[in-house]
Amino acid sequence: MFLLNYTLYLADNALLLGHRNSEWCGHGPVLEQDIAITNISLDLIGQARNFYQYAALLKNDGSTEDTFAYTRDIREFKNCLLTELPNGDWGQTILRQFLFSNYQYLLYEQLQHGHDQQLAAIAAKALKEVTYHLRWSSEWVIRLGDGTEESHRRMEQAIAEIWSYTGELFIPASYELEANANGIAPDLKTLEVSWLQKVNEIFTAASLSAFAKATADKVYMHKGGKQGNHTEYMGYILAELQFMQRAYPGAEW
Amino acid sequence: MSVLINQEELFQDRVDNEIKIEPRDWMPDAYRKTLVRQISQHAHSEIVGMLPEGNWISRAPSLKRKAILLAKVQDEAGHGLYLYSAAETLGTSREQMINDLHSGKAKYSSIFNYPTLTWADIGAIGWLVDGAAILNQVMLCRTSYGPYARAMVRICKEESFHQRQGFDILLTLSRGTPAQKEMCQDAINRWWWPSMMMFGPRDSESTNSDQSMKWKIKRKSNDELRQNFVDMCAEQVKVLGMTLPDADLKWNEAEGKYDFGEIDWDEFWNVVKGNGPCNKQRLDARRKAWEEGEWVREAASAFAKKQQQKQKQDKAA
Ligand SMILES: [Fe+2]
Ligand SMILES: [Fe+2]
Repeated sequence: MFLLNYTLYLADNALLLGHRNSEWCGHGPVLEQDIAITNISLDLIGQARNFYQYAALLKNDGSTEDTFAYTRDIREFKNCLLTELPNGDWGQTILRQFLFSNYQYLLYEQLQHGHDQQLAAIAAKALKEVTYHLRWSSEWVIRLGDGTEESHRRMEQAIAEIWSYTGELFIPASYELEANANGIAPDLKTLEVSWLQKVNEIFTAASLSAFAKATADKVYMHKGGKQGNHTEYMGYILAELQFMQRAYPGAEW
Repeated sequence: MSVLINQEELFQDRVDNEIKIEPRDWMPDAYRKTLVRQISQHAHSEIVGMLPEGNWISRAPSLKRKAILLAKVQDEAGHGLYLYSAAETLGTSREQMINDLHSGKAKYSSIFNYPTLTWADIGAIGWLVDGAAILNQVMLCRTSYGPYARAMVRICKEESFHQRQGFDILLTLSRGTPAQKEMCQDAINRWWWPSMMMFGPRDSESTNSDQSMKWKIKRKSNDELRQNFVDMCAEQVKVLGMTLPDADLKWNEAEGKYDFGEIDWDEFWNVVKGNGPCNKQRLDARRKAWEEGEWVREAASAFAKKQQQKQKQDKAA
């Protein structure tokens, strides 16, 4: 059971962030970046599909990638709150992407050597994509942090908005603890150390100080996504995402 | 004066001999103007065209369809990019072209001023709208201006994918539940006539056509392309087991082509003039994206300048 839940956790994170990024398609600040964020969205949705397909195998009751995505209700989704937050401005989207890609990169890097062969294979393949996401979003954090006064101000603001949703990434749910105990998933405490190092490196290069302030202030960290306690935003995402499958149950598309 | 005449003759001679005109070549002002207008209009159509389909990305009915649609809309952004670059070779900047779109000075294809109401619309757009676009674009692969022709070759490959994917959406619906079949026919009914309008006014009404044909910017007339389109779709719709909403559609054995009914030209001109169901929403969405992206573009160019200065300093030191 823990393996199924852990796989769904990985899938839900990728799906939700992919879904949010896809909202930019056609509305980006410049054509080249519209294409770039859509690429990332496509990669994430592709990863979600791989994880869901594996979850369907594990569950072995006729579930498919689509029944997982389209017929579960909010309490069954396990994604971190960070992935479901509204896009905000381009700065917030970039920051969320950087914070999450940083996490995903470190996670997949370990996962590919884990004891579950399927998860290891999916992670190994996805790692190439995430390497690019991390580089792209890091560059943008630096560019905006060190661009104009306005972009700097907006990035500091983005950190203030989002930072309190990062703590959850490293607070293990029961299925993560079991996956770790079985040699499948990494230890989140170790991951957190590397994650903070990278954040510090990029924020320093971007001349962003809000992070130092947030850590010094010991900002309160929201949690609950991993157990299905989501933000109110999540219900509206599902209403849109699942509309067709709910309106026409059982149809093939 | 005689030098100019010679240049015009030389130019026309190259066109007649199928030698591509390149950015550095001499060309008549009117040729340049026509191309900038046409290519930028084409680029704007790709970009505005992302909106009606983008409208369904978050609601696509399966993960596979979602991924295909997302990739398709992304392709259209790429087409816009190639085309803006092709137009830039004629001396107009992308920013200028985008400003002209936002001010209403430049046009884009009217088809994108229609709303996407159901999932079947995504299929109908792929099949009919991309289908109509392909006929035009295949012709443009042989257009006389080199950069435009080369952009079209790349674009055409992707467009035929889009058309197949759209047809596949409709095919799945046509084999589905009664509700899906109804959705399929309804979308065809709503998109057929607007798609027919994509080829523009009748040849007898078309103002720029003759000169464009002589310069080989265009190589087929609006009516010829429209006829090709009808002949293609009238056959394909049979595979779907659906019908086209035209009571006058009939095979003409003697002429080896389909006869078809009259376009509602009042509707055509109304949408061109800005009175289509979504003209305002489409332009508003484009302007909003551009305005909200301004601080990002400014930051990127400020950062690039800082980097350049640093590099200079490093070299000097
Ligand atoms: Fe296109
Ligand atoms: Fe297309």
